[in-house]
Amino acid sequence: MRLALAVFALLAAAPWLGFGEGHSLTLLARGMILGIAALGLWLLVGGAGLVSLGHAAMLGIGAYAVVVLDDARITDALVVVPVALAAAAIFALLTGAVALRTTGVNFIMITIAFGQMAFFTASSLALYGGDDGYTLYGRNTIGGARWLQDRLVFHYTCLALLIACFLLLRMLLASRFGRVLRAAKESPLRVEAIGFNPYPYRLLAYVVAGMMAALAGVLLANATEFVAPSYLAWQRSGELLFVVILGGLGGPQGAVVGALALVLVEELLSDLTEHWRLIMGPLLVLAVLFLPRGIAGGLAGVLRRG
Amino acid sequence: MVAFGRRAALGGAAALALPGLARAQAAGIKIGLVAVLTGQQAALGTQLRDGWLQGMKHLDGKLGGIATETLVIDDELRPEIAVQKVRAAIERDKVDFVVGVVFSNILGAIARPVTESGTFLISTNAGPSTLAGRGCNPFLFATSYNNDQVHSVMGQAATDRGVKRAFILVPNYQAGRDAVAGFKMRYKGEVVDEVYVPLTQLDFSAELAKIAAARPDALFTFMPGGLGVNLVRQYRQAGLANIPFLSTFTVDEAVLPAQQDAALGFFSASTWAPNMPSPENQRFVRDFEAGYGYVPASYAAHAYDTAFLLDSAVRRVGGRLSDKDAVRTAIRAADFRSVRGPFRFGVNQFPVQDFWLCQVAKRADGKFQTETVRKVLEMNVDSFAAECRMST
Amino acid sequence: MQALNGLQYGVLLFLVAAGLTLVFGVMDFINLAHGVQYMLGAYLGVSLAAATGSFWWGLLLALPAALACGLVLEWLVFRHLYRRDHLAQVLATFGVILFLNQLVKAVWGSAPLHMPIPALLDGGIEIMLGLRYPVYRIAILAAGLATAAALWLLIERTRAGALVRAGASNAPMLSALGVDTGRLFMLVFACGAMLAGFAGVMAAPILSVEPGMGDTVLILAFVVIVIGGIGSIRGAFLAALIVGLVETLGRSLLPDLLRLVMTPGPARQAGAALGSMLVYLAMALILAVRPRGLFPARAG
Repeated sequence: MRLALAVFALLAAAPWLGFGEGHSLTLLARGMILGIAALGLWLLVGGAGLVSLGHAAMLGIGAYAVVVLDDARITDALVVVPVALAAAAIFALLTGAVALRTTGVNFIMITIAFGQMAFFTASSLALYGGDDGYTLYGRNTIGGARWLQDRLVFHYTCLALLIACFLLLRMLLASRFGRVLRAAKESPLRVEAIGFNPYPYRLLAYVVAGMMAALAGVLLANATEFVAPSYLAWQRSGELLFVVILGGLGGPQGAVVGALALVLVEELLSDLTEHWRLIMGPLLVLAVLFLPRGIAGGLAGVLRRG
Repeated sequence: MVAFGRRAALGGAAALALPGLARAQAAGIKIGLVAVLTGQQAALGTQLRDGWLQGMKHLDGKLGGIATETLVIDDELRPEIAVQKVRAAIERDKVDFVVGVVFSNILGAIARPVTESGTFLISTNAGPSTLAGRGCNPFLFATSYNNDQVHSVMGQAATDRGVKRAFILVPNYQAGRDAVAGFKMRYKGEVVDEVYVPLTQLDFSAELAKIAAARPDALFTFMPGGLGVNLVRQYRQAGLANIPFLSTFTVDEAVLPAQQDAALGFFSASTWAPNMPSPENQRFVRDFEAGYGYVPASYAAHAYDTAFLLDSAVRRVGGRLSDKDAVRTAIRAADFRSVRGPFRFGVNQFPVQDFWLCQVAKRADGKFQTETVRKVLEMNVDSFAAECRMST
Repeated sequence: MQALNGLQYGVLLFLVAAGLTLVFGVMDFINLAHGVQYMLGAYLGVSLAAATGSFWWGLLLALPAALACGLVLEWLVFRHLYRRDHLAQVLATFGVILFLNQLVKAVWGSAPLHMPIPALLDGGIEIMLGLRYPVYRIAILAAGLATAAALWLLIERTRAGALVRAGASNAPMLSALGVDTGRLFMLVFACGAMLAGFAGVMAAPILSVEPGMGDTVLILAFVVIVIGGIGSIRGAFLAALIVGLVETLGRSLLPDLLRLVMTPGPARQAGAALGSMLVYLAMALILAVRPRGLFPARAG
């Protein structure tokens, strides 16, 4: 928790710590948005032991909800956000109902399958640009006011939503719902013996995760003002998974830390050389070898001692 | 070869090599050069980049006498990456012009972010019909052509050759659809079949089977970069070379090194070929080959021209780039000598120029190039100019 | 003819998937970097062929070269991950992919490379009126089938093969019985790396040799091993052929089929989308009926 507080405090102060320019704020926004999506995935992976490689599809659904409504000239966030969340919830409910009947590697492959199906569908929608993507006419308005167009306002909006999602997850974890989920992750057999059927709990977790990703999708569409089908590709799902693993599965703060770390390190390295992946790859490997509890785990250790 | 580090500082430009998120502004001009340098189509982006850099070399690293720095941006042929990087170039690096773009979908994605920020976008290759017509923009120029135009040249050439039954094969994206539309503008025969393939297609066996079955008088195809490499090789392997191969951007110098003998005798339509005799062109081709070791294609030639175009424009406004209207007028004047011959801008800020039928040939030194066969269209205005509603 | 292409693509997939399924089955190690092994094989093949001036020498030398690379990777990275959980393996091997894709770009450039078809296998043979099928593709088919047969013989009929099968079924038990599983692992890994490299060299003349070429093959390889059953060579073979056929036939026939009921524009769109989805739909269907794959090797 202390780690999370530190991170949020830094993010809040960031505009005055040298990140005040438009580009830097966009960078942090991307990090925070990735964090929101990663939080949802963490609920599945760390909270329920379900490794999903189709999470990007939910994010993409949120982004494309913005696109579809933008094309229909509806830009009010008060309409767009509920629509996006609902769309993702329905998709998660339908696909989760099927996917959760499988376990292990099969579950991973089924989530890939659904993710790919969403991706190919988005790619074939020539109306919304297909493979070439869609440029938004502008960011979403809030009740008619164009507040989100201001970089600083957008920054704090993202931060507020990130904190909200984080708190929501902590609440869920501490509740009975969270405990059943975690117990089912350890041993589904024992949980069933006690009389709980893990299936509806997992399905609910799947839907909540999907909705969080969709929220991230809406914010991403607003941040870049451009949406492409590649937002749903399996490589992006992989990226989200890596962020969660890299950050550490111990708690939701891992997702946030992992997301910010990835975005910032990428930016730093790509500045140094165009072959930055030559450094990034080994860094990832070293992180796995020497930080078994992820970056958050490592940092938390430092904070405890320091 | 590949420059280590994203910035290629040239001639006396102040080099900003310090990483970090707060950047100081240099006094010179900054150009953001966008091209695909990764993946199957990397050869095309490399041509574009090297053509521009060759132009800068001939200009001593200065535009209009002012030291110029070129930031090379690899769009990876992914629109979302391109948007991200171009936005960074405009907001963080504060480039004065965005130049480049091989592919139309990338241009389409970055068009609004660039023009809405009041930065000039000069396309040296992509020329989609949407941006030539109704989507024309005072901040957008093209120094290449409108895509449909080049394809219409092949349509005209096909008609002139007496082709009655044509088979069409293109990739499934906007430029591919433009190709078909452009070809049909001037081709008056029958279209036996129209086949669209994914941009990532590697294996054309299905399509080649269809062509063999249909036995057309000629094949018209538009397969840029890696697509063309595979198609040409597999076409020749499948024994279909007796069917005339009429193409655009499929057998250009960027891919000829990979296609080699497989492409001999195949046709192409273009604004330019390396064997054009003008002194500007000969100097360009000679120094380009000496400096980069390979034969330039139109991607390089247009980028080279753009350097001279901007040089003339900056000179005309005396280096004062803040007056955007003056800069626009200066660019429109197109007061430079193009390697292609006569060049001027139309009302939609797209070029008005000659077009040629070309054929692949093998040079004495073993390298391959396209050579002009005959002029097909003269000082042609693209068909979308009329739709452009720009006031000036 | 499309069926032949599908089979040929399937055979290539099998070569890659075989190594993947063995490594996953016997060593319980998810090796995402298997795709880059395929890519390395292709690049090494191209360079060695260019250096020696002959495709055959290139192929012959590339195999041990790819094997060496695989062993180096194993010693540097993979060895430390066997005891870790799958997620850690996934993240680390992803790091390897990033690094190798970039290394290849740095050393060979990001533009695709060209590998000429050997003179012996050039040209086509007429299999239908007016249509020639390239000899080289038939060679790939033949080579793949031969390798599959050799693998089958090895696995089913030799002692080493029996050990591998036992390992795929229950590795801890095997270790408890006194077999040196460390050596077995290295053998399995080495074979897998060589197979992937071999597939890479064979594919080089007809497919594009470029950074990232392994990624598309990788995900299809995973689909193959899941359909076939993890740890099963027989399963991988059958599944690879199925996937190859579905992928090729689906992409080419579906748009035409749809044109029967729709207008060309939407048919093209829907056809493209559905055609690509077909493999995943097939996988989902097969998993619904046989959750452990067609020929599961794992016991219990």
